[in-house]
Amino acid sequence: MHNTLEIKDFSCGYHGKFMISKINFNLPKASFAGIVGPNGSGKTTLFKGITSELESIAGSIFIDSRNIKSMNFKERAQKLAIVSQHIESPDITVEDYVLLGRLPYHGKFQFFESEKDFEIAKHYMELTGTIHLKDKYMDSLSGGEQQLAAIARALTQEPELLLLDEPTSHLDIGHQVQILNLIQNLNQNMGLTVLMIIHDLNLAGEYCNYLIMLDNGNMHLAGTPEEVLDYKNIEEVYKTIVITQKNPVSGKPAVFLVSGNVLGESKKYNSQR
Amino acid sequence: MLIIAILAIAISFRVGEFKPGLRDFLDILQNKEGSMELVILKQIRIPRIILGFAIGSALSLAGTILQGVYRNPLVEPYTLGISGGAALGVALAIVFNLQQLMGRMMLPLSGFIGAFVSLMVVYNISISRGKIRIQTMLLIGVMFSYIASSVMMLLLSLVSTDDMQTVVFWTMGSLDEPDTKLIQLACILSLTGLITSYIFVRPMNAMRLGHEKARHLGVNTETSMRILFITASVLTGMAVSIAGVIGFVGLIIPHLIRMLIGSDNRVLLLASFLGGGAFLVLCDSVARTIILPNELPTGVITGIIGGIIFVVVIGRKNAKMNL
Repeated sequence: MHNTLEIKDFSCGYHGKFMISKINFNLPKASFAGIVGPNGSGKTTLFKGITSELESIAGSIFIDSRNIKSMNFKERAQKLAIVSQHIESPDITVEDYVLLGRLPYHGKFQFFESEKDFEIAKHYMELTGTIHLKDKYMDSLSGGEQQLAAIARALTQEPELLLLDEPTSHLDIGHQVQILNLIQNLNQNMGLTVLMIIHDLNLAGEYCNYLIMLDNGNMHLAGTPEEVLDYKNIEEVYKTIVITQKNPVSGKPAVFLVSGNVLGESKKYNSQR
Repeated sequence: MLIIAILAIAISFRVGEFKPGLRDFLDILQNKEGSMELVILKQIRIPRIILGFAIGSALSLAGTILQGVYRNPLVEPYTLGISGGAALGVALAIVFNLQQLMGRMMLPLSGFIGAFVSLMVVYNISISRGKIRIQTMLLIGVMFSYIASSVMMLLLSLVSTDDMQTVVFWTMGSLDEPDTKLIQLACILSLTGLITSYIFVRPMNAMRLGHEKARHLGVNTETSMRILFITASVLTGMAVSIAGVIGFVGLIIPHLIRMLIGSDNRVLLLASFLGGGAFLVLCDSVARTIILPNELPTGVITGIIGGIIFVVVIGRKNAKMNL
């Protein structure tokens, strides 16, 4: 099977300080993968490595079988789009913002967008349900709307691989599910390969079909949600007692947190299993 | 914007010690060869308007470019210390008599070197771990201006009165420039600056989202920034070396125009270019007429208006922390 993203023995980081090392995983086309791990485990650093924001120290990354080092800025932006955790909200309209996603396809002296660019932008604004906001200014939108506009902009880049850095942080459960359902649709209907950083283990287990668990700059484990979201792994990496069960409807792993009052009982529960 | 620019030029034509009407103007063009009026118009008024427009548009363009790259509306050649650096460069050139040794072009050249060196110094001090701290940079820029002007004072107190007069006269910022070669140079450079900035207009638009996000959109921010910096330095160096320190044009005009038409650089750059030209021509008209028959230095007028706007912007910025 053709791999959209291949990461081989990859290490990168900040000189003399934190670094991630020996990261290895492959994402076949149309996979929906999640990176999980505690704060400071290197999730964002790995993203910066994939986007070449940080230079690699060892190993290599291939997108569509091409080494990212051999690609220039524009080629990379045509293959790879990223939705950051903090959406910038400059004083530009949603439509202008989404149209910026066409930039990687423009020639050096092309000052204005073509008909086709407008069509593509319109298409993805419709798909993400932001078309009614197109004349509004980015800084007047709510957090969820900004996230949707950012996804529309990323899709307008028509990438092979979509990176999302905590797309659901700061959102209520309604918006969380709205955003993730949208990404799930894109993943299934357009064959878009998705890799997202996500803190919420339940959402990670519910939506992703492949999880990479990072711990202190190293890969702890990678595999299906069922393999990764085992209470033993979670307790080892997060140093927190949890109970894992299955979602009664989807059958996907669900993680329950345990408060101090019932700590003893939860240990008993886990040891019985 | 074009209309405003033309209006400003027309107004500037009329005001002054000598006030030609439109009919006078046509008369002068048609006949009256060698008359007093023609000489005034041809040799003083028109060159001055052209120069004012070129300098104003260059400064305003430099301001727009820097504000675009740094994503901060308070950044401009004057507040970043680039004007100060350029002025110091020119003062050094005058004191060491470089223009007599190496020709007239030495003044603009030393202005550019001064501008570029100060931009690099301010930029490198305020960058830490790959991130530019805008507040630090503005502070360093303002301090840099002070240091540059103090060093100029020091130079002045050390040199002959002759040189001193040249430097002082020139520091006040005046558009009284008899040399047509320099006026041509100003026009060519400001137009070149406009064209260069338009080559990088898409990267600049992407940079509105932040440099990292611009890179994600396939923009080589390093190269774009470097070339835009050089462009801004050339524009400032040229403006300062010909007209002296005329502050705040690069702050006021881009700011007002951004309020009017938004932040799309494809429109903003040209509008600022025209607006800056028109603004300086108007300021110069005021400077020429307000205390007739004497003249004020143009820099005084722009300094007063610009300083006030700077304070207003800071006040508003505190209310709204974005950008």
